[in-house]
Amino acid sequence: MTVSAPDTSSPGTEARKRAAGLLARASREELTGAWDALATKPDYTPVRGPETGLVMVRGRIGGGGGPFNLGEATVTRATVLLASGIAGHAHALGTDKPKVRLAAVFDALWQDGETRSFVESAILAPVEARIAEEDRQQAEETAATRVDFFTMVRGDD
Amino acid sequence: MYVAVKGGEAAINAAHRLLADRRRGERSLPSVTIEQIVEQLALAVDRVMAEASLYDRALAALAVRQSRGDMIEAIFLLRAYRTTLPRFGSSEPIDTAKMHIARRISATYKDLPGGQVLGPTFDYTHRLLDPSLLTDEDVDLPSRKEPLPGASTRVSDILATEGLIEGDGELPDDQPPGDLTREPMEFPMGRDLRLQALARGDEGFLLALGYSTQRGFGRNHPFVGEIRIGEVEVELDVPELGFAVSLGRVQVTECQMVNQFKGSAKAPPQFTRGYGLVFGQSERKAMSMALVDRALRAEELGEDITAPAQDEEFVISHADNVQATGFVEHLKLPHYVDFQAELALVRKMRADIEAAQKVKAGPLRDAAE
Amino acid sequence: MSMNAQALAGGFSDPVFDSQAVFRLLMDGMSRPGTIQTVGIDVEQPLPLGRAAGAVALALCDADTPVWLQSAMAKSGAPQWIAFHTGAPVVQEKSDARFAFMQSPAGICSFGLFALGTQEYPDRSTTLVIEVASLVDGQPLTLSGPGIRDKVTVKVTGLPEVFLSIWNDNRALFPRGADVILTAGDALLCLPRTTRIAAGETACM
Repeated sequence: MTVSAPDTSSPGTEARKRAAGLLARASREELTGAWDALATKPDYTPVRGPETGLVMVRGRIGGGGGPFNLGEATVTRATVLLASGIAGHAHALGTDKPKVRLAAVFDALWQDGETRSFVESAILAPVEARIAEEDRQQAEETAATRVDFFTMVRGDD
Repeated sequence: MYVAVKGGEAAINAAHRLLADRRRGERSLPSVTIEQIVEQLALAVDRVMAEASLYDRALAALAVRQSRGDMIEAIFLLRAYRTTLPRFGSSEPIDTAKMHIARRISATYKDLPGGQVLGPTFDYTHRLLDPSLLTDEDVDLPSRKEPLPGASTRVSDILATEGLIEGDGELPDDQPPGDLTREPMEFPMGRDLRLQALARGDEGFLLALGYSTQRGFGRNHPFVGEIRIGEVEVELDVPELGFAVSLGRVQVTECQMVNQFKGSAKAPPQFTRGYGLVFGQSERKAMSMALVDRALRAEELGEDITAPAQDEEFVISHADNVQATGFVEHLKLPHYVDFQAELALVRKMRADIEAAQKVKAGPLRDAAE
Repeated sequence: MSMNAQALAGGFSDPVFDSQAVFRLLMDGMSRPGTIQTVGIDVEQPLPLGRAAGAVALALCDADTPVWLQSAMAKSGAPQWIAFHTGAPVVQEKSDARFAFMQSPAGICSFGLFALGTQEYPDRSTTLVIEVASLVDGQPLTLSGPGIRDKVTVKVTGLPEVFLSIWNDNRALFPRGADVILTAGDALLCLPRTTRIAAGETACM
């Protein structure tokens, strides 16, 4: 199979990791919402999956030492191929296959310079903002339970 | 010895149907949903995930529902489901130093970077039954406060600066961690395999063993250096991308136990450590695991092995509740033929002894008469 | 390094049933050494991997089975294809490999560097998948042993001359030792470690 190279002005590994991580955290509703908002729906063919399997989650002895196997987690993954020849991959915790298939489509659309800004504004930015808000709320609720020690004045007599 | 017998089929079918009915319970009451179990019985779900060794809240909740709340049955169900799935690979080791913290306490330092945050704990509750929960009363939203800037430094790192505590527990870099779900267990085993076994071990069993070390059976002078609960990122190296991507976050509980150690022929006086890491929120389990991990390091640290918690083969072989329940509960399966054989044997032994007694007692009785 | 389209192409279109079908071929092949099994599924494997060898990789390899590839294969699209479709890590050390894919006759001089199992766990050995030119023409070999009634003759083109002596050394290790799957295009033939091989045609029968 040969495909012509589409416009994938390489945005770098860090940017791709960020996109993949946010697509993994996106909910099915967030992804279908963005799909519905897409002006022209791309044709794509499934290459693999979506399929559910396991990833062995590893920890480190003592928190920072040698690795050990903590236990597995369910993971669903998918790979799709756009008509343009760009392959999109997605992996996410859980068993939501429709979500992960859409995430793979958006991973491919993100690699295409034509559609990257749409993916950024319709999914990545909102998901990032939602996670930041959830983290902020969690951090503030947790901070409210912080202990402020004060020492009682001891009377010796 | 087992002999195939037929004839139970109709009874088994009816029993399954009855079980389904009893599981559902009174039909006029609404059925409990998976979402409700995940949200409102979260710690039951966490225990099932930890001991099934499979992180998936929805599936664990399904197992709790299907098992009528029998935790070991739920763990069994999830373990069985796990075997039907292919393994895509192993994650990068999670970094608990970067945890999104929901609770973090230390019993060794009062003031430490990041502070002591209690989180949603049962500690300091009065353990009085709350009648307001008999009805569905509104619950206040949590209070909020500006978080402290900066990271929550590990307590072990604070102690490490003085050189009075041992390191994290290194393994050779090129050695992949052992996996007891893939290779048969062999003793003695590495600490990596022991921690895997303990992480999926029965909470009650580890709690009892941890308690036994405190009561003097392999005492190891523990302090809770730190407990932290929160979410960590799980990253997987994906071959088609050539780098690791985040799959999402999982919640874990980590316990760093710091143990006073007077030194031995193998190690100088210093603080040694036991480590606990568990899926979900479960500090009782994480603490017990850390106590047992430390106890099982007796050999490595040159201590005498005198107590059950220090006996690796005893602890690791009996920590798994699915294995344990399988072997204990198999006793209720038909053993008709074994028992008939035993019965014949006991009858014969009894008859022999009675015959012997008669021979022995015979002349005496005759004499008495 | 991201993957090219060739690495993503093919694979099993129906992973459950296709892998079961190939597993069945291998089980029959291993239990009846010398019988030729034919893989009917197009897996679009990259050359120089043959169709049968590609199907064996898809059916048997996964993240828990490190794979070693002979240099010509290692330089082809095979490593990426195997990595994407099976998740198996490609390793440099032969002794770390659970499966090895190679082309005959180049480089087959001994099985000694591959994992050959232990007395306690003889299964922890490398299974060698060797692509040959033909399984129907060529040098006649007479097979005997478990799974074979009396004797059976196979004809193979492309095995090196030293193969028989390598195989005798392998047999001598029993219960340790490597198992071999010979592949030629879509055909495969299994040589489990229990099989005895002699040069030439069966004399009688």
